[in-house]
Amino acid sequence: MKSITFNLRKVNQLLISMSFAVCMLVFLGIASIIGTILKQNEPYENYIIKFGQFWFGYFEKIGLYDVYHSVWFLIILLFLVISTTLCITKNTPTMLKDFLLFKDTLEEKSLKAFTHHLTLQNKRKINLSRIIQYLKHEKYKTKEKLKESGDILIVAKKGNYQRLGYILTHLGVVVICLGGLLDGNLVFKAQEMLGYKKIETLDIPASKVSEVSRLHINNASFRANMTLAEGASDNVAFVRMKDGYLVQELPFKVALTDFRILHYSTGMPKSFESDLVISDTDLSQDIKTTISVNHPFTYKGITIYQSDFQDGGTKLNIELISLLASKASQKIEGKIFEKVKLDKDQLTYEFNDFRKFNILHLKEGQKEKPRNVGPSVTYKIRNNSGQAREFISYQYAMPIDDRSFFVSGMRETPQEEFRYLKIPADNQGSIEGFMVFKSALQNKALIETISKDMANQSIDHDQEGVMKESFENSINKLMTLFAQGGFSNIAESIDKNIPASDKEKAIQTYLKIIDIASVELYKKQLKVSNIKFDQSSVMFIQDALNAYSDMFFYGSPYFFELTDYEQKEASGLQITKSPGQFWVYLGSLSLVLGIFSMIYLHERKLWLLIKSSGRVILAFSSNRKNLDFEREYKKVSGEISKIIQ
Amino acid sequence: MLTKLFKSIKASFQAFNFIYLSLLLGSALYALKTFHIYMDIYEEIILLGSVGFFTWLGWNWNHFKKIIITVFVISFFAIQLYAGTLINNESVFLLKYLISSQSAVMWMNVFFVLALLLYWLGLLTRNNLLDDIASSFTSTAVIFGFIGLLVRWYESYLIGLDIGHIPISNLYEVFILFCLITSLLYLFYEERFSTKKLGAFVLIVINAAVGFILWYTFDRHADAVQPLVPALQSYWMKIHVPANFIGYGSFSLAAMVSSAYLLSSKKILTSYLPKLTILEDLIYKSIAIGFIFFTIATILGAIWAAEAWGGYWSWDPKETWALIVWLNYAAWLHYRIVKGLRGPILAWWALIGLVVTTFAFLGVNMFLSGLHSYGQL
Ligand code: HEM
Repeated sequence: MKSITFNLRKVNQLLISMSFAVCMLVFLGIASIIGTILKQNEPYENYIIKFGQFWFGYFEKIGLYDVYHSVWFLIILLFLVISTTLCITKNTPTMLKDFLLFKDTLEEKSLKAFTHHLTLQNKRKINLSRIIQYLKHEKYKTKEKLKESGDILIVAKKGNYQRLGYILTHLGVVVICLGGLLDGNLVFKAQEMLGYKKIETLDIPASKVSEVSRLHINNASFRANMTLAEGASDNVAFVRMKDGYLVQELPFKVALTDFRILHYSTGMPKSFESDLVISDTDLSQDIKTTISVNHPFTYKGITIYQSDFQDGGTKLNIELISLLASKASQKIEGKIFEKVKLDKDQLTYEFNDFRKFNILHLKEGQKEKPRNVGPSVTYKIRNNSGQAREFISYQYAMPIDDRSFFVSGMRETPQEEFRYLKIPADNQGSIEGFMVFKSALQNKALIETISKDMANQSIDHDQEGVMKESFENSINKLMTLFAQGGFSNIAESIDKNIPASDKEKAIQTYLKIIDIASVELYKKQLKVSNIKFDQSSVMFIQDALNAYSDMFFYGSPYFFELTDYEQKEASGLQITKSPGQFWVYLGSLSLVLGIFSMIYLHERKLWLLIKSSGRVILAFSSNRKNLDFEREYKKVSGEISKIIQ
Repeated sequence: MLTKLFKSIKASFQAFNFIYLSLLLGSALYALKTFHIYMDIYEEIILLGSVGFFTWLGWNWNHFKKIIITVFVISFFAIQLYAGTLINNESVFLLKYLISSQSAVMWMNVFFVLALLLYWLGLLTRNNLLDDIASSFTSTAVIFGFIGLLVRWYESYLIGLDIGHIPISNLYEVFILFCLITSLLYLFYEERFSTKKLGAFVLIVINAAVGFILWYTFDRHADAVQPLVPALQSYWMKIHVPANFIGYGSFSLAAMVSSAYLLSSKKILTSYLPKLTILEDLIYKSIAIGFIFFTIATILGAIWAAEAWGGYWSWDPKETWALIVWLNYAAWLHYRIVKGLRGPILAWWALIGLVVTTFAFLGVNMFLSGLHSYGQL
């Protein structure tokens, strides 16, 4: 029994010690740093990619993906609260006594033990009232005491609210932490550990989520999200947690009638606003309200914030323009968050996002202003075996380097940057020119024709037919190679067939032939369209050759053209109930007042013992002995000496 | 009793004070009358509150009063020169070369650089005259900086009524604010402790900020006025940001005085610098003042976050680092007060504190991503 109380005292001593508190502060700091360096609450796949399956498991166990809600982090906080509380309970009685009482029992000996004291010998009768008056003038509170021995003790003090400051500050810290804990997910954590509640990890409709993953209407504190498309309404929200979510039931229904983004003249967003209708059986009439960033709405203790926005299922009309000779173009209709299966091609289009505005920086350098390049669609194309590539396509041609391009990006994994296919617009601003050019390249008969023409033009008639034929053949072969695989096909063939010493020359000749032949091809094929060949077409052909070549790495047999859309937006709302907020604010107020009084009020105590023998002992003290204290001591003791002597 | 009160009021109402107060109140009332349709009640309270704060500062510190009066008069003059058209800053000589926002900021930079050089010359040659000139250059730089900010505030409204906002919303602007607040704090202590020898150290950190402003202006062209993103459109910004920068400024001041302390305690420049006890006292005072303002700023940030993001604390990297900075100085204060620690350890600690603070201020924007996105490097 004895040893237990002894140990308890030891534990108490440890907890109350400042070194322990500082240790906790340091741990808190280190844990916080980890949380800022490792991005928190990301989807679990990201962590698996980052750390590998092996480490992922360990890191998950120690809660690295949500440090601030892990058990050990909460324990550190708890220890800090305990330590501070003990510290308050230990110090408060002395602080209060100091605040309320005048210490009037001191004798000469103890006064002389002060670091700042002074003994004076008075010559005439002491003018007590002048001393008191002086001290009052210096804002001291005073008390006189006549001792039995006939000595008089004057006790004076000022700035003693500083002592209350200590209590306010540290109580503030405790109240803030407790308020924070009230808003944390401690209750859920306990329920989860005891097996009452479970995180839902499947992507199923809210109504299908089972009772163990639902939080009741009366849940005291939560921070949940709700995404509402325009025209939709709901009475549940989702609490994201680890690799899944919980469903939070709400005591009312929220409907979104309209979501707006207002823009500055520069194109930057100026305001995100949602028009909401709140209906509740307790209400005789629905509440209509508009929320925006920095302007939330509170009803029944639950606050609704504008937090983000996304697509709400925009309808898309798309033309899939075939890039390969073997396939035909086709028109499809899609909707964001839905899929379209192309049975013939065994491909599935999954539409992920639509953006009406894209503010892009098209030119390098800060001087150039970003500009709006119009709508874009992000989508995935999944093949038969389940593999998918991600694409982004812009509706309109973008101005790049004084020319115009239809741009589409592709990437194989979300970690990569998009690689862009840039198809030049023709001189009428349309994609048709490129399609004409492409079909010319894919037309074998046409290639043969122009090969013959070129051979005829460049080689004299009277020369032998053999040479002409071989030239014609090589043009034909070169263009066919290009048509089948672009520049990389040609490079491969050069690598294989031509000795290193002649490579440079061969490349130049080949490129020249391709250029000339392409112009011929394009001109020939243009006859069947209404595009006219002009000066800009030369540049166009260069770009078209590059685009044609890149096409083979694009990863889709179709170029995606958005012909029309009907936008539907969705607003992202954050819905919170936070009973701790009041306590956190109250604690903060206490903290600020406390720190103010601790730092700006200077506690001073003065004793003046007037012995009946005529000797006077002055002692001066403070709980902060710094330069100001020395200054004050000099001033006050000097004045009093003057009065006395 | 009444006569005594009257006398004391009369005594403090010297002509200068009167000009000062009427200037502050006059401008505030004018702003209220002309612009109240654009303000909400909180902004009106903040406006009047700042009159109170500036009056209090000016009452207690004469030099500040002079600075503010000069700033007001010149800024008002600059606004007259603009006459409501922005392009005047290209055509009116005085605006173009002296008091348009960007020119004023450049002059601020120039005077800060000169002040640093002169402070060092003054320190090493023990020449008090040079110190005095350096000190007045610092004041001049502060005046130019404030003019730069005030005129920028006005210019932003000339760009577009919906674009105009108080110029403390991006890195370029807050760096100017940092220079101003740190210098003001220093100038205050310079007078209070009657020593001009520390300018050589404090001006180093200010000039580092000047370097950043120059780089940001010439290399990044980030000095243009940008409209506010929705999250920043709040009256909270007007008090949260200045409070934060009084904190940052004080911590920087403490760190620079600490470096002087460390040198002096190693017998370097000892005879040139103030006594160690004075330096120590200054470090403590500076950290104490910084701590209280930083506490207020963090709390205001939390209240703002509750309104903008839906939670008073989201463990966003900026918030978290503010907490780390705060914990660091709380520990510093405890070791000094409760354990009675003194000497070089505390000075080193204050110096390292500046590294932590700088990371919270800049590093977070550079290396970590989060909800605070007012300035990306
Ligand atoms: C995060 C937690 C804490 C914070 C923010 C905090 C804050 C403060 C502040 C601002 C001061 C005043 C410093 C000054 O006057 O310049 C102070 C003083 C003090 N603190 Fe803390 N404190 C905390 C935890 C603790 C703990 C755990 C203890 C006990 C072990 C403690 C004991 C003291 C004592 C004894 C004083 C000096 C009071 C005096 O002499 O006037 N503090 N604290």
